[in-house]
Amino acid sequence: MTTRIVELRRGILKKNDELAAGLRASYTTAGVLVLNLVSSPGTGKTAFLERTLKELKARGARVAALVGDLETDNDARRLAASGAPVRQINTHGICHLDAEMIRKHLDGWPEVTLSGLDYLFIENVGNLVCPSSYDLGEKIRVALLSVTEGEDKPLKYPTLFNSADAAVITKMDISEACCFDRELALRNINEIRPGIRIFETSAKTGAGMEEWLAYLVEARGGAETLSL
Amino acid sequence: MHELSLVTSIVETVTETLAALPDAQKGARVLEVRLRVGALASVIPESLEFCWGIVSEGTPLEGSRLVVNLLPVVVHCESCGQDAELEGVQSFRCPRCGEPCSDMRQGRELEIDSIEIEDGEVKA
Repeated sequence: MTTRIVELRRGILKKNDELAAGLRASYTTAGVLVLNLVSSPGTGKTAFLERTLKELKARGARVAALVGDLETDNDARRLAASGAPVRQINTHGICHLDAEMIRKHLDGWPEVTLSGLDYLFIENVGNLVCPSSYDLGEKIRVALLSVTEGEDKPLKYPTLFNSADAAVITKMDISEACCFDRELALRNINEIRPGIRIFETSAKTGAGMEEWLAYLVEARGGAETLSL
Repeated sequence: MHELSLVTSIVETVTETLAALPDAQKGARVLEVRLRVGALASVIPESLEFCWGIVSEGTPLEGSRLVVNLLPVVVHCESCGQDAELEGVQSFRCPRCGEPCSDMRQGRELEIDSIEIEDGEVKA
């Protein structure tokens, strides 16, 4: 009996990463900007997305959304009120979305073809840990944080904030009532992800939305398609 | 808490690797599986180990050890022009000059590095 070492050097999430790379290529070919929204449950991802879809649609953009939850299609019904095509993904206990779930739900979605979209939003399952490991092929990962959550959230969940391309602070309209320390929150986000774009928003009042929409248009590289 | 699906994926990958070995080495037993896990990989080594025994049962990996090699975050500091290892994941600043660093060179790894196997008996 002899023992030997066999080198593997294989990514544990290789299957997901390969699938995500395929999705990313198809998004690029179709010219659709794909965003992955991640936060804890209750941060206000759905309200923020409702407002974003409504505003983009009002400006003539072609938008759609996939929304992940363990159970119920409550969020899909809320988002569909914007008039955008929305599809619910129920994970039935799984704490994150993966590339295979995205592929499956994009296939056989009668009202949506990627090439017919300008923006596709993926609202992940509310969870600040697991979604950060799963690439969905998105161009922009957005980490959201509400003023009710505590300014040290980025320090407590560094992986998620570090892997994000943009950060959105939600519910700014109640920041005073929550004694939200804005400077501290901005500092903490920057400590974990130096130089990240941060948007301070309220889906209720619309504060900060113009800046956010301008960022989306710029990220898509198609300023001429929308009049902001 | 997705460690169970990670462990399932590790066991599958190693089992596939064993199946691809030359005939003479068929029936090899896995003694050890070594992982490289970055400090920012969102994975808890203890949770991986907890799932290990359960998932590997009844596979060629049964009874093997799981060794998790944790890798610190390494950033590239533009001011210093050098890579630097961070002590923790609470502040992404160069430990030498204190400048914020967004260029990460290590820390998100989540991979099977190698396996140690004991060759099975060669069939005559």
